Amino acid sequence: MAADPRFLKLDTLSLHAGQRPDPVTGARAVPIYQTTSFVFPDTDHAAALFNLERPGHIYSRISNPTVAVLEERVSALEGGVGAVATASGQAALHLAVATLMGQGGHIVSSGSIYGGSHNLFTHTLPRFGITTSFVDARDPAAFRKAIRPETRLVFGEVLGNPGLEVLDVPAVAQVAHDAGLPLMIDSTFTPPCLFRPLDHGADIVMHSATKFLGGHGIAIAGILVDGGRFDWERSGKFPTLTEPYAGYHGIDFAEEFGPAAFIMRARSEGLRDFGAAMSPQTAFYILQGIETLPLRMARHVENARKVVAFLKANAAVAWVNYPELAEHRDHALAARLLPKGAGSIFSFGVKGGREAGRKFIEALRVFSHLANVGDAKSLVIHPATTTHQQMDAAALKAAGVGEDLVRLSIGLEDAADLVDDLAQALRASQK
Amino acid sequence: MDLTVLGKRAHAATGGKAFDPARPAVVFIHGAGSDHTAWSLQTRYFAHRGRGVIAVDLPGHGKSEGPALPTIGAMADWLNAFLDAAGATDRALVGHSMGSLVALEAAARRPERVGKLALLGTTWPMAVTKDLLDPAKADDPLAGELITSWSHSRTGHFGGAEIPGLWLMGGSLALLARAAPGVIHNDLAACNAYQEAPAAAAKIKAPTLFLLGERDLMTHPRKAREFAALFAGAKIVVLPGAGHMFMAEAPGPTLDALKAFL
Repeated sequence: MAADPRFLKLDTLSLHAGQRPDPVTGARAVPIYQTTSFVFPDTDHAAALFNLERPGHIYSRISNPTVAVLEERVSALEGGVGAVATASGQAALHLAVATLMGQGGHIVSSGSIYGGSHNLFTHTLPRFGITTSFVDARDPAAFRKAIRPETRLVFGEVLGNPGLEVLDVPAVAQVAHDAGLPLMIDSTFTPPCLFRPLDHGADIVMHSATKFLGGHGIAIAGILVDGGRFDWERSGKFPTLTEPYAGYHGIDFAEEFGPAAFIMRARSEGLRDFGAAMSPQTAFYILQGIETLPLRMARHVENARKVVAFLKANAAVAWVNYPELAEHRDHALAARLLPKGAGSIFSFGVKGGREAGRKFIEALRVFSHLANVGDAKSLVIHPATTTHQQMDAAALKAAGVGEDLVRLSIGLEDAADLVDDLAQALRASQK
Repeated sequence: MDLTVLGKRAHAATGGKAFDPARPAVVFIHGAGSDHTAWSLQTRYFAHRGRGVIAVDLPGHGKSEGPALPTIGAMADWLNAFLDAAGATDRALVGHSMGSLVALEAAARRPERVGKLALLGTTWPMAVTKDLLDPAKADDPLAGELITSWSHSRTGHFGGAEIPGLWLMGGSLALLARAAPGVIHNDLAACNAYQEAPAAAAKIKAPTLFLLGERDLMTHPRKAREFAALFAGAKIVVLPGAGHMFMAEAPGPTLDALKAFL
């Protein structure tokens, strides 16, 4: 029988990765190192830290011991080489883009992505000379066609937002790699106990840690994970990673750090200069969430399946869009990529259009109407009037957002209470 | 730094500063299936402190042209040829694991050139279990997983890296995944077959450091001490709590020990 490497398993890593009991105090929980800066033992040590000659903390905008535990933990859960925690998910996305490209760069993105990411790509990055082509999430060939000589990144979400199109991650990764490009996945809807994009060919993963990773709706947070498998030197398209950088005495990140080149540059330049760092207090909150992530996700999925079954049978419901349903266009792909569950965020249509939708949302008592997902509490929103309101009709259609679409994020309550709440609100919607 | 050595393209990292042959050279030699990036957290310091740094990619590794060389002796001859081509006359050799055997053999073959010898994560005989050789021979990713697992202390499996935000287990897996087909097995077989250590040790006149990890499962410090007894007056430093890959697991203490020795 083959030898077993006996790596710690995902549930164990959720509780322990990145931390050992504090050697000075014995503290078992991760201490909150609420400090801006760290004392240098001597001037030689200080100079070495500033020149990446030896590891350590300098200033909490660049790294902090509490934040570093979170970074390691998510890295471990995703199977990456390292991570940088950021002030928000949006900051993680911007950090990745800014690390990979400058003016003239181009992104090929799935059209079915978070409205905030869509805004960044469509309206904001072009001011800095970076443009994006959006393609059908369901069509890997469309990704291939949209790639140009100046393309530097292929981007998508495993489960599209809010249409829940399932991205064929291995196929799109192959398209990206054939063109010498990395694939980055926003895996916010699919935390690592459900799906690990790096295992399926992706090169970079980001999360809005505000959502399932944190799980309690108390802190805005993001994280960027480097898979360490993309060969930046072979690609030849990424001078930020393979050519001398004057910002650190001519350092060549790929030459110095090999598989960790991307994440080292993201921290050394991106956090230092753009400064969208995570606070230690926030890292502590997210770590508390991750400790129970596998347990919570199992319950999220279990509850979601019960709610989906209820909605499917309700006369006031026009349609239900959840990848585990046989009629979902990507059902087979979801079954292949997401055997542990297609998350707990999905959409459905209330019969009666916009007005019925309004009545439904306002009648809910357990579900909260707000702009978030992945909370322990169940949530509801109407994307056409909120998260996706900056998009015109064509873009809405391309993103799969109809005016009757209601998005639910199923929490951890007793499923019977969720079903009761939805039942009474659906009755109210039809009056 | 790219040179032509024995007719093939050969690469070495220089710690972020161009190699200057006028400066005393510190030469780093990586272990099985690895490359120069194993030394990321040691090389830059010396390069920016008046030393000429050469962290080689052995043939077939990293950015050096293959094929990988089949014996420790062949690797040692290649290393000496590289250093001659680079003009590094005053050399300190620092090798890790397989690289420690290469450093020893290279020093034994050119003792007049070597001022100091540091053998890290080392032992002899460097026997390799069939449990690892078999998957390595099949280019099964299990080989990289076993090396990664056994090269980190059990505590190291929990993480807590000195370098903020890096997951070292993932880094090791990613680095070993870069090895070209056959390279890991080539290296492990070379370690397994190396019999010349006693003869080589007898030729070493340079001060020699054994830098060991207290929790090293790959090259156990108890066995390493027996190996050290072959050398006249070798200095032994044990890094508390560290496993085999202590350049990453304990980069600060590793650097400090090298600074004190070199």
